[in-house]
Amino acid sequence: MIADKKILTTGNEAIAEAAIQAGCRFYAGYPITPQNEICAYMAARMPEVGGTFIQSESEIAAINMVFGALVTGARAMTSSSSPGISLKQEGISYLAACQLPAVIVNVMRGGPGLGDIKPAQSDYFQATKGGGHGDYHLIVLAPATVQEAYNLTYEAFDIAAKYRNPVMILGDGILGQMMEPLIIKQMNPEEVNKRPELDYILNGCKGREPRVIRSLFLGEGELEEWNAKLQDKYRNLEIELNRAEEINVNDAELILIAYGSTFRICKAVMTQARRRGLRVGLIRPITLWPFPYATIKNISDRKRKILVVEMSSGQMVEDVRLAVAGEAKVYFTGRTGGGIPEEDKILDKIEEILK
Amino acid sequence: MVKLYTRPESLKQTEWHFCGGCGHGIVHRLVAEVIDELGMRENTVAVAPVGCAVIAYEYFNFDVTESPHGRPPAVATGMKRTLPDRLIFTYQGDGDLAAIGTAELVHAANRGEKITVIFVNNAVYGMTNGQMAPTTILSQRTETTPLGRDAERDGFPLRITEMLSVLPGVKFLARTAVHTPQDIAKTKKAIHDAFQVQLNNLGFSLVEVLSMCPTCWRVSPRESLEWVRNNMIPYYPLGRIKEPESEEEKVSVKKKSSIKKHIFKKKV
Repeated sequence: MIADKKILTTGNEAIAEAAIQAGCRFYAGYPITPQNEICAYMAARMPEVGGTFIQSESEIAAINMVFGALVTGARAMTSSSSPGISLKQEGISYLAACQLPAVIVNVMRGGPGLGDIKPAQSDYFQATKGGGHGDYHLIVLAPATVQEAYNLTYEAFDIAAKYRNPVMILGDGILGQMMEPLIIKQMNPEEVNKRPELDYILNGCKGREPRVIRSLFLGEGELEEWNAKLQDKYRNLEIELNRAEEINVNDAELILIAYGSTFRICKAVMTQARRRGLRVGLIRPITLWPFPYATIKNISDRKRKILVVEMSSGQMVEDVRLAVAGEAKVYFTGRTGGGIPEEDKILDKIEEILK
Repeated sequence: MVKLYTRPESLKQTEWHFCGGCGHGIVHRLVAEVIDELGMRENTVAVAPVGCAVIAYEYFNFDVTESPHGRPPAVATGMKRTLPDRLIFTYQGDGDLAAIGTAELVHAANRGEKITVIFVNNAVYGMTNGQMAPTTILSQRTETTPLGRDAERDGFPLRITEMLSVLPGVKFLARTAVHTPQDIAKTKKAIHDAFQVQLNNLGFSLVEVLSMCPTCWRVSPRESLEWVRNNMIPYYPLGRIKEPESEEEKVSVKKKSSIKKHIFKKKV
């Protein structure tokens, strides 16, 4: 086994290397800021490991190339940023319907429309509530550090394969561009060989009956039956996969809830607030779908206040309200268009709420 | 007793859902016959389109995936790059290929992807009951051109196969038809040669097949054969539009014995 390696790198490059280490051998993408480093890294790295890199003619083509590679059983990924992810939604709906284990990275920037190229978290609804047509869910993972971007991307390939469901890594422009130390866990070849043979892939029907991958069900009741199977999987995922990090929640009068880069800001806010004698705790959803409703429900009581912070006009806050179900008062503060929530302003808001 | 005519192994034992007089059944059968003759049934993966051929997987007796509308060349790109030794082809209609999927087609062709496209051109959107296709000919009446296609308003019918001919990555292009037995034979030969171009790793190949749609043309099946002759062929001339250039490439396509000798490179 190869020893682990420590380097200084960006979130984008950490995501790309994690994919390589996780056995991703097909990447198709289209340039868009602030995730261009992923494309460039893959262009250089894929040939070294005998994989395929394609700069596609569009985001639509990229997601469909990934569809094709997944059909044959390859591990495959595409990445983009907000406007590009909108273009991929048709393909994402098909991937979910056909149960193909894609890994899709969204390094979010400001929207709507062309927006800007600065960090944002305004694609939460799109990522967690559908985005494309039909009843489906992506598994959505939200890293907060470069190391976690690496770890979650690596894990995303196994999660996608285990559940036969596309996984989205939902980062933002800060995480993508920021450099931090990263420990690269080298791939264990034995682990790769242990992967079970996939029984749905198309690679020529030698020695077996021909297979079909499809999402079209025209027969009476067929689609409803297929959808019920998908929903069973989603219910199971809600039990098995929801994750959150809790800090200082037990004695907290006010609990901050934030994910991704905003979590890092809130962590600093919490430390400052504690210094001022304010009992502030922090919860970070790591899986945005399935959302950690239970974790938030458990800390909700009428004496507690909850403050959700996002780089959006308030999207995740809706899931927090669902989890809390009126048991605690929920406040929101956020900025959009590349504006980054400031520690002082969040502190002021906390003091105002607790007054 | 020698059996002269039988169902190809590459076709499933099932009934067609196509309308009477439709050309899709003929083209499906020709593709299946060629794949049998190439001995490739167990090494083929096809991409079905959205349109009348959407359930091609109900008929082809080999691996088939569906694809979003117009995206088969992108899907096939991902498949061929990960399975370079398999025969990968898309089966697409004129709406799928020449309207919503124009970008995917042109760029797969321009990359010289070693895939084959079977392009069935019947000048109309059949699945949705007969709207104008990019290939609908001038003055042809459809649901969305009730007074006939007007170049001023609707643009001209798209000769997309000729458009592709200028791309260096494209190695084989032919336009054939299936309205007469002779043309059916030529279509089969063209499909064979297009697949052979792929198996010889030369580049992108496409066969455009002019086909009948009596239902949406609002004519009888018999009249639809005349319709191909009188209305389509004058605008879409038949023939080999592009073939491999070098002598070496030509020989390898023409040589029938090369079919059986094709050796698969084991994917590492």
